[in-house]
Amino acid sequence: MNALLFTDLSVFVLSLLLGFEVIGRVPTTLHTPLMSAANAVHGIVLAGALLIALTADGVLGYALVFVTAAFAAMNVVGGYVVTDRMLEMFRPRKDTR
Amino acid sequence: MTTFDLVIRLTYLAVATCFVLGLHLMNSPATARRGNTLSAAAMTVALLATAVVLVRTGTVRPWAWAALAAGAALGSAAGLLLARRVPMTAMPQLVSLFNAVGGGAAALIGVHDHARHGASLPVVLEVLIGAVTFTGSLIAAGKLQGVLPGRPLLFPGARLLTGALALTMVTASILLFTGGGDAAFVVLAVAAAAFGISMVAPIGGADMPVVISLLNAFTGTAVAMAGFTLGNSVLITAGALVGASGAILTKLMADAMNRSLTAIVAGGFGGGDGPAEAASAQGRVRSLSADDAAIQLAYAADVVVIPGYGLAAAQAQHQLHELAELLRQRGARVRYAVHPVAGRMPGHMNVLLAEAGVPYEQLADLDEANAAMPRTDVALVVGANDVVNPAARRPGTAVSGMPIIDADRAKSVIVIKRSMGHGYAGIDNELYTGPRTGMYFADARRALSEITAAVKTLVG
Repeated sequence: MNALLFTDLSVFVLSLLLGFEVIGRVPTTLHTPLMSAANAVHGIVLAGALLIALTADGVLGYALVFVTAAFAAMNVVGGYVVTDRMLEMFRPRKDTR
Repeated sequence: MTTFDLVIRLTYLAVATCFVLGLHLMNSPATARRGNTLSAAAMTVALLATAVVLVRTGTVRPWAWAALAAGAALGSAAGLLLARRVPMTAMPQLVSLFNAVGGGAAALIGVHDHARHGASLPVVLEVLIGAVTFTGSLIAAGKLQGVLPGRPLLFPGARLLTGALALTMVTASILLFTGGGDAAFVVLAVAAAAFGISMVAPIGGADMPVVISLLNAFTGTAVAMAGFTLGNSVLITAGALVGASGAILTKLMADAMNRSLTAIVAGGFGGGDGPAEAASAQGRVRSLSADDAAIQLAYAADVVVIPGYGLAAAQAQHQLHELAELLRQRGARVRYAVHPVAGRMPGHMNVLLAEAGVPYEQLADLDEANAAMPRTDVALVVGANDVVNPAARRPGTAVSGMPIIDADRAKSVIVIKRSMGHGYAGIDNELYTGPRTGMYFADARRALSEITAAVKTLVG
């Protein structure tokens, strides 16, 4: 195992633990928006789609980049917009009573 | 490390920090929206930084730029359109669809990485998990949307097929590491995609909240693996955060149903969404009219509403809120008791109630609601079934041990339901035949409108 992989592995494990710690505190009320927000965060895979464009050449490579970018962009844009739409409804309403 | 590298890495670190803070802000309804905006802003920065890296290397071919731009534009437009248009009741299938494409993208990056760098453990995991999530989430979304039947799809030998597919994946992975080459890789990808289908198809609609969480955790892990192969720390961090969130929600959901994850994934539990045939206990059921229900509710001082999937299916959240507000204006205390697995996604019911304008202060969780139940004059059950079945308190039934809302301990119970049909667990509900229970057989939306009208005319 080289040093770089070891660093990546440490980042992975620590992020997992941090995730457990942060998300364990979210109340049930917000579980749907939370899941949707988490869904949007893994839309970071779009950055991955960008990176594979670095080496793409030939029709197959371009097609791969196209489909990956389309999937990932749908994930990230849709995810954030729909989470925002849900959360907008959770604003406190002092006027109801 | 050049200055440029340093700046990019620091940017990624800041982005990862903002993702964590964004999720942290989700722990209160007051700050949650800000958290999401922060996370989205960080995402934009991460993508811009990555684009700058691309420009600076100068090795991206014009056609690759075109493919990237066209794909991103098409995907963004589709995501935006769906996110804006889809009704709140259809949220679970939409989230599942977004999850599917995220997993699909991770799997495709795995395809690229294999073609480029050959087999490694992260590549194998990336393709395997990504492909399973892609097809699995599509099946889950199809079931929730009603394109596929919600009931467990099982055929003779289905379990055998799933087992065989799992074995194929393991064998193909081993072959891949021992120089199996492209053929082994194709077999691995195809077997993983088929496994996703055969894993989710036998799982019934009631278990969907758990499945959606689980698949969400899978995608997170697949994205983290893509981070390993691309050597990109922000993908690793973001993927791991999502993996952790999915894992926690999966556990919470499974606990809320008192079922093990293995039992859920093994599948075959419960029925579909369609109205089931009338149950045998019909004879002892006391049927109410809208006027009966209205009088009971109008003179109650303390009302607890227990919404379930029937409310979501009828899209009756606005009618429910109107009735509740009317009762509040008459001086009643109205609270909503929401079971953690009500609806088809963790916390789905809360979103529907929020859409109708119910302030979250009026929502009670399971323990809070149960503690107050003996002092409650009327428990109004709207389209909930298994989550209020007292049979859960006895051993030996399909729902035994599942935490329930103790509606039967209220002074009286009104149940709004289309028929005596069974819930997902497929067993009789003893609450319906209880001495203090009145049943109002109608679609939730119509029933609530009629009761509201009756309250207005009777006690105006």
